[in-house]
Amino acid sequence: MALATPPAGAPQSVPALLARNVAQFGSKPAYREKEFGIWQSWSWSEASEEIEALAMGFLALGLEKGDYLAIIGRNRPALYWSFVAAQKCGAIPVALYQDSPAEEMAYVLEHCGARFVVCGDQEQVDKVIEVQETVHGIDQIIYVDKRGMRKYDHTHMNAMEDVQSEGRAGHYRLEPIMREREAALGYDDTCVMLYTSGTTGKPKGVVLSNRNIIETAKNSSEFDHLDVHEEVLAYLPMAWVGDFIFSIGQAYWTGFCVNCPESPETMLTDLREIGPTYFFAPPRIFENMLTSVMIRMEDAGRFKRRMFHYFMDHAREVGPKMLDGESVGAMDRLKYALGNLMVFGPLKNTLGLSRVRVGYTAGEAIGPEIFDFYRSLGINLKQLYGQTEASVFITQQPDSEVRPDTVGVPSPGVELRIDENGEVYYRSPGVFVEYYKNAESTASTKDAEGWVATGDAGFIEPDTGHLRIIDRAKDVGKMADGSLFAPKYVENKLKFYPNILEAVVFGNGREMCTAFINIDLTAVGNWAERNNIAYSSYQELAGHPRVLETIQSHVEETNQSIAQDEMLSGCQIHRFLVLHKELDADDGELTRTRKVRRNIIAEKYSDLIDALYAGKTEQYTETEVTYEDGRKGKITATLELRDAKVVPTGAPAQVAAE
Amino acid sequence: MNEAIHPPIDPNEGYVTEDGRRIGGVVMEMKHITLRFGGVEAIKDISFDIREGEIRAIIGPNGAGKSSMLNVISGFYNPQEGEVWYKGQIRKPMKPFQVARQGIARTFQNIALFEGMSVLDNVMTGRLNHMKASFLDQGFWWGKAQREEVENREKAEQIIDFLEIQAIRKTPVGRLPYGLKKRVELARALAAEPQILLLDEPMAGMNVEEKEDMSRFILDVNDEFGTTIVLIEHDMGVVMDLSDRVVVMDYGKKIGDGTPDEVRNNQEVIDAYLGVSHD
Repeated sequence: MALATPPAGAPQSVPALLARNVAQFGSKPAYREKEFGIWQSWSWSEASEEIEALAMGFLALGLEKGDYLAIIGRNRPALYWSFVAAQKCGAIPVALYQDSPAEEMAYVLEHCGARFVVCGDQEQVDKVIEVQETVHGIDQIIYVDKRGMRKYDHTHMNAMEDVQSEGRAGHYRLEPIMREREAALGYDDTCVMLYTSGTTGKPKGVVLSNRNIIETAKNSSEFDHLDVHEEVLAYLPMAWVGDFIFSIGQAYWTGFCVNCPESPETMLTDLREIGPTYFFAPPRIFENMLTSVMIRMEDAGRFKRRMFHYFMDHAREVGPKMLDGESVGAMDRLKYALGNLMVFGPLKNTLGLSRVRVGYTAGEAIGPEIFDFYRSLGINLKQLYGQTEASVFITQQPDSEVRPDTVGVPSPGVELRIDENGEVYYRSPGVFVEYYKNAESTASTKDAEGWVATGDAGFIEPDTGHLRIIDRAKDVGKMADGSLFAPKYVENKLKFYPNILEAVVFGNGREMCTAFINIDLTAVGNWAERNNIAYSSYQELAGHPRVLETIQSHVEETNQSIAQDEMLSGCQIHRFLVLHKELDADDGELTRTRKVRRNIIAEKYSDLIDALYAGKTEQYTETEVTYEDGRKGKITATLELRDAKVVPTGAPAQVAAE
Repeated sequence: MNEAIHPPIDPNEGYVTEDGRRIGGVVMEMKHITLRFGGVEAIKDISFDIREGEIRAIIGPNGAGKSSMLNVISGFYNPQEGEVWYKGQIRKPMKPFQVARQGIARTFQNIALFEGMSVLDNVMTGRLNHMKASFLDQGFWWGKAQREEVENREKAEQIIDFLEIQAIRKTPVGRLPYGLKKRVELARALAAEPQILLLDEPMAGMNVEEKEDMSRFILDVNDEFGTTIVLIEHDMGVVMDLSDRVVVMDYGKKIGDGTPDEVRNNQEVIDAYLGVSHD
């Protein structure tokens, strides 16, 4: 693959982009953060001054070239500055998920050999101190929020403010060193290291170079015509590659402003106040927003409700067409404009999406009706498909070619290939350098020509060139009768029902499919409230006969829809149960990005799976749970196992239940 | 039982606790307090002191006179007998506005917030004593009034940040769950920047998680702002964990005073809690 080389003089690192932004947009806001109820902002020049003070402070503390500096905390400008400050010192920033348990943190900190750790607040510092019992390489801890930190042993610990003052005080001594290290940064030097969320096994450190980040940021910004006037809300985990590309890569490439919410709880309010023009959210967020809108509409007066439904019906018909630039009749346009005045406009404003010019969702499949809801409101919501190893972008949907069932066309600079087993391969300027200290995995993922296996099975639609993803390649299996088993495909269909939060389908190598279902407490709880059903706990609600009936009807509808697809009709669900607890990342059942860990769940609940296949109607089970403070407890339940109707397809092993 | 059980510490000098907090000299002293309502003696000849920066708990069975004691401390009730020494002076009976200005703030057993007002406005009411601008200035929101409001809003926001209630800043208090209302009440009391904070059953009716949160906030307030805290609480676990010294009351009398350990091993206290026949 021919490597693109930047023209001489073009910025070759993130610090170089920062310098360019200071020169070009010095007084334009670069960062905003809501604190003490007010949006505080920093222009590019101010941010640069803060970053340099921090970098010099790091140097004063002894940060060496090639050191690893770990960053843990919620999205705050100070932590974003730490990334760039580390790069200015020739060190490599590594972001960690702030909600990961201490043992996972210990693994990552040990694996990258971090000498410096930058923490958001006391909670993170406590975790790092706990980790230090086993990991001894950590030299310095720097924290942002001073609260509660007064009594800690400060021999190897500093507040970020103090580090910056030290850097400022010593700038005669430290600035030349910083300038020298900064100037030495090349296009192929490491920009950042991010750990994959670890759907399988231990997290792997993905090394991304300046080339990866800058080329990707450039290509993707051009694809969506992003410019310096965009506003984004940075609220997704900083350890996730997407946040790095949006809030640092693209932000530094185009010079737009990154806004940090006041606290995770105020995110929706802050979203509304900022009104981002470029917005990314996983499907879950869009689902939650839609669910809350629908719940509130149920509670609204009759007039409002009728008006809402009248105009929404119309919007579903013409809204997406208008977004795609198709021709729509004058009367329809007029009616839509009226709806916009009375319903869509105020609704978008309430959601904080009035100004969204480009919106993306990715990570999981999004329900078609959810997707269409936002598009019919006139929000340009699109899908993209990406990976940490690709610096996010593999495929994305161009404006006016947006559909809920595809993930779009290859992003600029990306080549795609599907192998004989249906697995998707790609090659791009964003392809990662290597897995840190793991040559074996690097070799098995990336071949000599630079092709990377996604691990997903999919196909390219011949007439449109859009990629469609079916499932994880390794999860796609065979049923006992030889028909295709694609659990994710079925789970996604189930999860499109608002009542179902999570579903796990089993059946690889078996004669029939079965499923575990998690109810969505918000939606089902609200339904229970409206129907005067009393419940005292999640467990009780999940086991309520009427809830089970509702879920059963969802499962049966899903079966009908699956039966229409000849290749996958064997995946219909014969038996299911509703789990007594929510699947949780703290219990290891989900990854930090809320993907189901199928094998761990299968092992943990093997008694329930056996009972499903044994045809029992009831099963007693005990489950260990981990509380937020790390203590463990046990919950017990007797679950009802139900049969669901399946649609006969004439396949030999079909047995219609009941 | 007027003698303290703990080893005497010079009232003018402080000491440092095991966890590194600095406890100062005596800031308030109750001397032989007796409070009567008609023929009922709610408090009978009670003496104890409160040191600067400590967390002082008052415990006792229902009807022991704890809340009355808190009202004596705040200056709301005037005892018929005895003296209250506050900052080295005998405190004379006060008018309500004087009570409010002496640097003592409190929360109530039954939440007493303005239900229709937002959290922020409720917290701002705690700043009332810090607003000195004239009626006219405030009416036109001009000059000093404007400056003051900005200053006070800033202070209120710091407390909102401290107690992590940013997400409900603009929510009317009436819509909040009980545990959060309690936290808002604490926020309002803190907004007054009191030297002594009186908490009347801060954990009553809370679940375990809310209690843990509230305990952490009480410790943080004491730690960050150095506020002296006097609290009444029924949850023994909480009291023993949080407080530096405990006064135990029963039927209006003081039956114990000392560190949590001393109190726990005091026979009279055990009797009062387990119940023995009274003469």
